[in-house]
Amino acid sequence: MADHEQQLEHAPHHHVTSLGVYFAVFFALAAGTLLTWYASTIDLGIWNTPIALAIAVAKATLVILFFMHVIHSTRLTWVVVIGSFLWLGVLFVLTFADYLTRGWLMK
Amino acid sequence: MTTATLHDVRLVGASTNRNYINDEYGALSWLLTKDHKRIAILYLISVSIMFVLGGFFAMMMRIELLTPEGDLLTSDTYNKFFTMHGVVMIFFFLIPAIPAVLGNFILPIQLGAKDLAFPKINLLSWYLYMAAAIVGLVVIITGGVDTGWTFYTPFSTQYSNTHVFGTTLAGFIAGFSSILTGLNFIVTIHRMRAPGLTWYRLPLFVWALYATSVVMLLATPVLAITLMMLMIERTIGVGFFDPALGGDPVLYQHMFWFYSHPAVYIMILPAMGVASDVVAAFTRKKIFGYRFVAFSSLAIAFLGFLVWAHHLFVAGISVYSAMIFSFLSFFVAVPSAIKVFNWTATLYRASVSWQTPMLYILGFIGLFTIGGVTGLFLASIGLDIHVTDTYFVVAHFHYVMVGGTVMAYMAGIHYWWPKITGKMYPEWWARLAALLVFVGFNLTFFPQFILGYVGMPRRYHAYAPEFQVLNVLSTAGASVLAVGYFLPIIYLVWSIWYGRPAGPNPWGAVGLEWTTSSPPPKENFHETPVVTWDAYDYPAMMKAMGETQHV
Amino acid sequence: MSDVTLSTEHHHHPFLQHHFEDLGQQHEASTLGMWMFLCTEILFFGGVLCAYWIYRIMYPEAWAVGAAQQNTLFGGINTIVLIISSLTMALAVRAAQLGSRSWQLIMLFSTLVFGSIFLGIKGYEYSMHWHEGLFPGSHFTWHEHPALAQKVQLFMCFYWGMTGLHALHMVIGAGLLLWMMWRAWRCDFGPEYYGPVEVMGLYWHFVDIVWIFLFPFLYLIHGVHHG
Repeated sequence: MADHEQQLEHAPHHHVTSLGVYFAVFFALAAGTLLTWYASTIDLGIWNTPIALAIAVAKATLVILFFMHVIHSTRLTWVVVIGSFLWLGVLFVLTFADYLTRGWLMK
Repeated sequence: MTTATLHDVRLVGASTNRNYINDEYGALSWLLTKDHKRIAILYLISVSIMFVLGGFFAMMMRIELLTPEGDLLTSDTYNKFFTMHGVVMIFFFLIPAIPAVLGNFILPIQLGAKDLAFPKINLLSWYLYMAAAIVGLVVIITGGVDTGWTFYTPFSTQYSNTHVFGTTLAGFIAGFSSILTGLNFIVTIHRMRAPGLTWYRLPLFVWALYATSVVMLLATPVLAITLMMLMIERTIGVGFFDPALGGDPVLYQHMFWFYSHPAVYIMILPAMGVASDVVAAFTRKKIFGYRFVAFSSLAIAFLGFLVWAHHLFVAGISVYSAMIFSFLSFFVAVPSAIKVFNWTATLYRASVSWQTPMLYILGFIGLFTIGGVTGLFLASIGLDIHVTDTYFVVAHFHYVMVGGTVMAYMAGIHYWWPKITGKMYPEWWARLAALLVFVGFNLTFFPQFILGYVGMPRRYHAYAPEFQVLNVLSTAGASVLAVGYFLPIIYLVWSIWYGRPAGPNPWGAVGLEWTTSSPPPKENFHETPVVTWDAYDYPAMMKAMGETQHV
Repeated sequence: MSDVTLSTEHHHHPFLQHHFEDLGQQHEASTLGMWMFLCTEILFFGGVLCAYWIYRIMYPEAWAVGAAQQNTLFGGINTIVLIISSLTMALAVRAAQLGSRSWQLIMLFSTLVFGSIFLGIKGYEYSMHWHEGLFPGSHFTWHEHPALAQKVQLFMCFYWGMTGLHALHMVIGAGLLLWMMWRAWRCDFGPEYYGPVEVMGLYWHFVDIVWIFLFPFLYLIHGVHHG
């Protein structure tokens, strides 16, 4: 049987993202950058930090899904990506659990 | 069994078959090899040397502790010895041993693959290990380090006059070796299994290595960044972890133990994998509760990340977070217990073959259980306050790491030795060594539980006179243990030249590795195997047994 | 039955490695491998970010003061520059998938150019900070609000450390880009074999993502007071 076909049986998935999508993501990222800069110049009280974080997460998500093709990737890739951030979350949450509760007094 | 399998077995009756050892000659063919089997041998030699070095430091400590006074070594030297014993044993023996030696050799073969996914990265792993080892050796020769293998700040960053930077650099480099091995294993297991080899047909050794690799991948980078911050603080003098400069030393401990607790699961998970394979082989039974054992490996890997601050109970963390970590630490014992129950259930009413690997694993099951249960004592905050930083902790972790991991490593070495070398080791000498190890181990470390409980602190070179008897017992045990470890070096090396030829399946075991010749050919299989049988399918194998030769 | 041949007969794609069955398996393995590596990088940068956040919560004022020392314009320009380079990198992968050698070269080269612009601006920022005495250690000089000095120095340590690590990753990435350009020039890549370019892209996008977080963290902290 044709080796070429045999090799392409398990060929890499050929999904080619359109130029439109790439440029749309690019503009969204640029806009996000401007937005986060602008938000940092106005006083939003305790909301400055969460807003900056949310914008950064949104930008990162766009890069991951579209530039890194995760939206078209296997389930395993999704597990790896989500898992890594989850593990990082464990580091943050449990470490903060200590720092944020040090001041608490037992009644 | 497929016809390809039996066909292979018949093919390799010839005594001068080409295999991975005689395929190419010359030092460069070994040092620049991409063959996972040769890389495993390179690791075997390196970790064995490091084991002896770590053992030397241990021996010196035990000799010092024969007498209550600090008369053999100064306190500074003693500090260096326990530090270097820990650093060498943990980073250069326990973490790599089973994965890099046995895993590297056996994993691709158990998967029916020709090699790991990234053979060149595998070789790079070994070179990184060697680079780290050389840095470590230079540190040792030029004066050593005395901070404890944990490098707690601010002593390590501010006050110690020893080679902290060099040692942490060695740890940093070794970490990358570990990461690359884990990465290689995960990709190989996901993408290079033979046709028909579904997840639930995999040997439990593979599940264990998979879980281990996940831990290696996720935990080690945090150690890397922690050590990097420590190195920066030591050289530039900023206060990441120094209270005088606004830092928090407990943050160092949080970050350090975020790696180092999962690290102990890197050490024990592969050992448990070996235990499953050996129990199955020497009882000729399927492992009871295969899926429970498989998933418990993943559970241990996951839960192991949630418990690190039980090392910080007395360090000043908030009592609320301590309670959370205490609860989680009790929880992590459950999957380990599940494994012990399943191995025991497999052994129940089994016809046990008392070969050396089995002897080591039986020892493993018992000693690991004792070690694990004493971990629960430590997980309980109230008890931990009493026994932390005493010999109780020392005994606990030696039970799980030495009574556990090292014994399983010895089991695995003996079990797969015929496959790796094509030769059998002398059984009676091996059994003698196993017995010496078991007796010596218990004599060394059981008294230490008592010592810790009655108050002897760890990392002290002098102690109160009433502790002497137990210390003498412990040192006596260490001497027996040392003999038990030396014997295999001698008879295993001897067997390479003079051992009886082993044949492809000396144990009559089920597993893809036993369907190829001993030693295997360079590409592992002459033909890609197609798997149609369950893991440990001894019932089916016994039926088809007629033609296969076994000892 | 021959005992010398390898498993399946194939006459080889020149870049099919011997231990893989086919190109598809090799491609899947290499992308999974790169994701695994990025996983470790997430935890690596994540570790120092955790430390950064702990201290940010402990010393919010010093952190705001530290961030105020940064040149937000340069940081913002650099962020856009890196995003452009990410776009060109994604387009380079696309060009490889479509087998267009010239676009591969153009896009890879553009990525390299924008990456270098980033490093150039970063280097300029570093030299400014150095002359202002903002490098931690014995060189560090700080005169305003002396009570905050130690903590601002700590912030600077995070600044130099994290951006330095990031820059190191970019330098490595630049080297890898040169290698990819050489391979693209040799026409190595096409629709059936573009794995290395894709994997290069994954690495480059990751480095971009790190900066997406570093920019607000190190440049845009809205301060309590800058008095």
